Amino acid sequence: MALTFDTLRNDTIAAIATGITESGIGIIRISGPAAFAVGDRLCRSQEGEHIFSHWKPGTIHYCRIVDPTAKREGKEMVIDEAMVSVMKAPHSYTTEDTVEINVHGGVYLMNRVLELCLQNGCRMAEPGEFTKRAFLGGRIDLSRAEAVMDLIQSDNEFSRKTALAQLEGSVSGEVKNLRQAILYEIAFIESALDDPENYSLDGYPEKLRKKCIGLIDRLDRILQFSESGRVLKEGIRTVIVGKPNAGKSSLMNFLSGTDRAIVTDVAGTTRDTLEEKIRLGDVILDVTDTAGIRETDDVVEKIGVERAKKAAEQADLILYLVDTSTGISEEDRDIFKLLRERISAGTRCIILLNKTDLPSQTSREDIAEMFRYLTPVAPQTDKTRVVNYKRAEMIPISLRTGEGMEEFRSKILQMFRTGDLVSRNEVFLSGLRQRTEACAARDSLQLVVQSIDQGMSEDFFSIDLMNAYTALGRIIGEAVEDDLVEEIFSKFCLGK
Amino acid sequence: MVDHNYHIKTDVCVIGAGHAGCEAALACARLGFQTVIFTMNVDSIAMMPCNPHIGGSSKGHLVREIDALGGEMGKNIDKTFIQSKMLNKSKGPAVHSLRTQADKAEYSKAMRQVLQHQENLTIRMGEVVDILTEEVAGEGECKRKVTGVRLFNGTIYECKAVVIATGTYLNARCLVGEAITETGPSGMQRSTYLRDALERIGIHTRRFKTGTPARMDGRSLDYSKMTIQRGDEVVTPFSYSTDPATVQIDQVPCYLTYTNEETHEIIRENLDRSPIYAGIIEGTGPRYCPSIEDKVVKFAEKTRHQVFVEPEGRGTTEMYIDGMSTSMPDDVQQRMYRTVPGLEHCVIVRNAYAIEYDCINANSLKLSLETRQVGGLFCAGQFCGSSGYEEAACQGLMAGINVAQKLRGRDPLILKRSESYIGVLIDDLVSKDNREPYRMMTSRAEYRLLLRQDNADLRLRKYGFEVGLITKEQYDRVLYKEKVIQEETTRLKAIRVGAAAENQAYLRSIGSTELKTAVSLAELLSRPEMTYENLRGIDPDHCPVTDPEIAEEVEINIKYEGYIERQKKQVEQFNRLEGKKIPADIDYDDVTSLRLEARQKLKELRPASIGQASRMSGVTPADVAVLLIYLDKQRAERKA
Repeated sequence: MALTFDTLRNDTIAAIATGITESGIGIIRISGPAAFAVGDRLCRSQEGEHIFSHWKPGTIHYCRIVDPTAKREGKEMVIDEAMVSVMKAPHSYTTEDTVEINVHGGVYLMNRVLELCLQNGCRMAEPGEFTKRAFLGGRIDLSRAEAVMDLIQSDNEFSRKTALAQLEGSVSGEVKNLRQAILYEIAFIESALDDPENYSLDGYPEKLRKKCIGLIDRLDRILQFSESGRVLKEGIRTVIVGKPNAGKSSLMNFLSGTDRAIVTDVAGTTRDTLEEKIRLGDVILDVTDTAGIRETDDVVEKIGVERAKKAAEQADLILYLVDTSTGISEEDRDIFKLLRERISAGTRCIILLNKTDLPSQTSREDIAEMFRYLTPVAPQTDKTRVVNYKRAEMIPISLRTGEGMEEFRSKILQMFRTGDLVSRNEVFLSGLRQRTEACAARDSLQLVVQSIDQGMSEDFFSIDLMNAYTALGRIIGEAVEDDLVEEIFSKFCLGK
Repeated sequence: MVDHNYHIKTDVCVIGAGHAGCEAALACARLGFQTVIFTMNVDSIAMMPCNPHIGGSSKGHLVREIDALGGEMGKNIDKTFIQSKMLNKSKGPAVHSLRTQADKAEYSKAMRQVLQHQENLTIRMGEVVDILTEEVAGEGECKRKVTGVRLFNGTIYECKAVVIATGTYLNARCLVGEAITETGPSGMQRSTYLRDALERIGIHTRRFKTGTPARMDGRSLDYSKMTIQRGDEVVTPFSYSTDPATVQIDQVPCYLTYTNEETHEIIRENLDRSPIYAGIIEGTGPRYCPSIEDKVVKFAEKTRHQVFVEPEGRGTTEMYIDGMSTSMPDDVQQRMYRTVPGLEHCVIVRNAYAIEYDCINANSLKLSLETRQVGGLFCAGQFCGSSGYEEAACQGLMAGINVAQKLRGRDPLILKRSESYIGVLIDDLVSKDNREPYRMMTSRAEYRLLLRQDNADLRLRKYGFEVGLITKEQYDRVLYKEKVIQEETTRLKAIRVGAAAENQAYLRSIGSTELKTAVSLAELLSRPEMTYENLRGIDPDHCPVTDPEIAEEVEINIKYEGYIERQKKQVEQFNRLEGKKIPADIDYDDVTSLRLEARQKLKELRPASIGQASRMSGVTPADVAVLLIYLDKQRAERKA
């Protein structure tokens, strides 16, 4: 059944109530009968004591948010400091027991706390569900019900579209493959049960067991991949820019660990953009290596340069490689122009001062000066300029010796973890939702293995296989409906 | 058509005396309504024009459910089967399914006798050419109600309700290659006028197709080249009313053989002469019952297909060639069948043929099987777009029951998906988009662990009793059974046995493992190798339940408890949505936020509950949420 919208208010829901932006404060709202219990599981005093039960309804408190399952040296891991407000039914927006956790802004933190709520007894709120509960609780008058319906419909369309937008990545392909594999097994079992004289299940459980273990492994890998709760995204769109022969291809190769791009000492070797998915810790970078940006008469290379500019416009992160063994050239000035535009538009930038192993012609100060020199072109206040300047981190490296590369690596990870670096493609809510579903699918497959080990007969396997299939379907927004019947008829010759 | 003014009054008219018509007519007559059943030919009552089986995977469940509700099919096949087998016996109890070979002629004759001896029931031969209706006052979708039917001979039967169960007879044509006849199955006369009559009252038809293999003279076949297939040693009857002792009969064997590459080559060479591939057939055929040409084309990698050779009855030498239905011309049929081991010298008695016929899209029905356009007009069986004798019979029974309910001013009996295969079947037919004849499959039932063939009586007898088709005595037996199951399950959970030497010795002797600590009998029974029977040796009370039916239920309850509980939880969730009824007069144009596609679909199908709406194709969860809020709002406004 495709329906997931629970109509009865008997469970506890949670979601990020403020927009997912770089705002100063983010609110995670928990509503439902178990809201206080969840609050008690997550809130601690400065001394690490449970403190929630001492708080009176209608008050707000300063506390620590912990992950009760993650212990370090016997102590619960502190996630953040937060202001927590407690509202007792019916004195809340939803008319239910409600806890609101105000955390410091930053997408990563908000999602981490939301994830904790989900791990500790909440279900992810459906689009518009707080408002719906408010309506059902009589909190909102009837004239607003229409608006709620519109909201649900549009939110649904939105999340469906964003879910689809996320589907281009390799993970979604993997989910589809997993589903297909599971569906095939169900269809086989069902065909054999339907037409036992034609399809035999002898020896099948052992085969299925192996397949299930394989599927569980693959799911585990997806889940591991998404430890941070950011699943199924396309990755951080990263563009490498720099003048010809600054070492862009070497950087690309360094990151991907292969000789993907052609590297020569002749300037202009990379004539088109190259793309690569690179994993750094729990961050995936979709890296585009561009042709060097310089005025050129070579037609092929010219197209490459245009593409490089375009790629930079769509990037979440720009890696600017400066060849410090040469002086600042016109080409560098062109790149500065481009960077300045992008930085003003909010794109993060890391400036890598390459070739520290060679005598330096361009210093850190030269680059900083360049930015100062260029920034005031647009009428901006000093304050803005400072902020913009801060967004361009500078790291001296040598791609030949590897110097500074560790610092570079940890810088990216740090930017990601603090939410400083965000992909425009990310939809964190569905990320968490998807993760929950992936876990459910894995659990169901484990139940199949358990049933096999207990010597249950095949028809029991398909119950849990179907659950796994359904859960994975929810990740990519595909309904189950009549898939099975279709699969049975297309793969197995049934009927007499 | 003849027109005169001769009127006969009755309560109910049933059009068609196939498996659906018979059940419908019997139900109405048994519930006290004067009923006339019309048939094109009295000799074809309950005819089995295709395969000689009753039951089979999931179809066996339907027969059990029909029986639990008070229908006739189970009793009739118990009287006339010639082989019986419980399928999937080594699998879980949910997929055990009874399948029998019927003696076709005897089955038909026995059913005819039941009809002939049924009080309040009249059999009438003749073609119904018109459905008479009159306008009804008031608003809503239903603007007409049924008043009677007119026969080809001009006579009018006035009545309060009509059940249409024309099967495959409506504008049927049969195809054997290029040879096309305008007949119903087995050369029976088709019915031609009713389609136009239905169009006139706003009921539209569509075209479906199905097919059947050849019948051969058994004397021409060489069984030594085939594998013999026998029935079960101990036969389980279909009907709860049948004494198991009466079904332990001498059974007739079937035979298994295979097609080969030579067969497939002949088929491939002649594909252009198959009406399906030549584009002569317009109707949509069922994928689960593919013709041999379909199998060869779609599953080209298979080098052979199974062929079952099955007797049509004790009184005939005709054998049914199961697995090789075709619409190829006779010369190709002759050549292709003769490539199969054992059929080298076969003599064909009846050709294989494809049949096309008119039926309706059941989306235009209510879950009670009454049409939405015309009050009192019900439909059942293959006419509703299903396929198979059992699928037809259960719809006939439900249509009959709901005619009676309507005439008595009671609510219709709507079985839920969570309590019966019949409920799944009717809900699928009415709510989903079906583009081919619908066959029941266990995979269509979401809660099949609860919908077992062994507990059909526990699930459905109460409805049969409430409706009036099941006697107090029959129902009391179910109540007693329920009570004993409950008590015995509780007892097994309470009694504990320890690791005493004699217990260990006993467990070893029956091939089980020794106890480490004391356990309850229930825990012991949940070991895969344990049965209620062999629990007797360790149970201090020696397993007091002797009725094997009850013992089976106890065993299933305990062995599969975890799975059953999980499924029951799913049902709870499901029932919440089923319980949310949508008022019949809802104006979907007033629900502003619905997407256009969903609005159209909802207006067209007018689901009875939120649950039904959620299963319709084209309705998303968000649409359902919108609908829920709208209904809440309406309720609140009404209160205010």
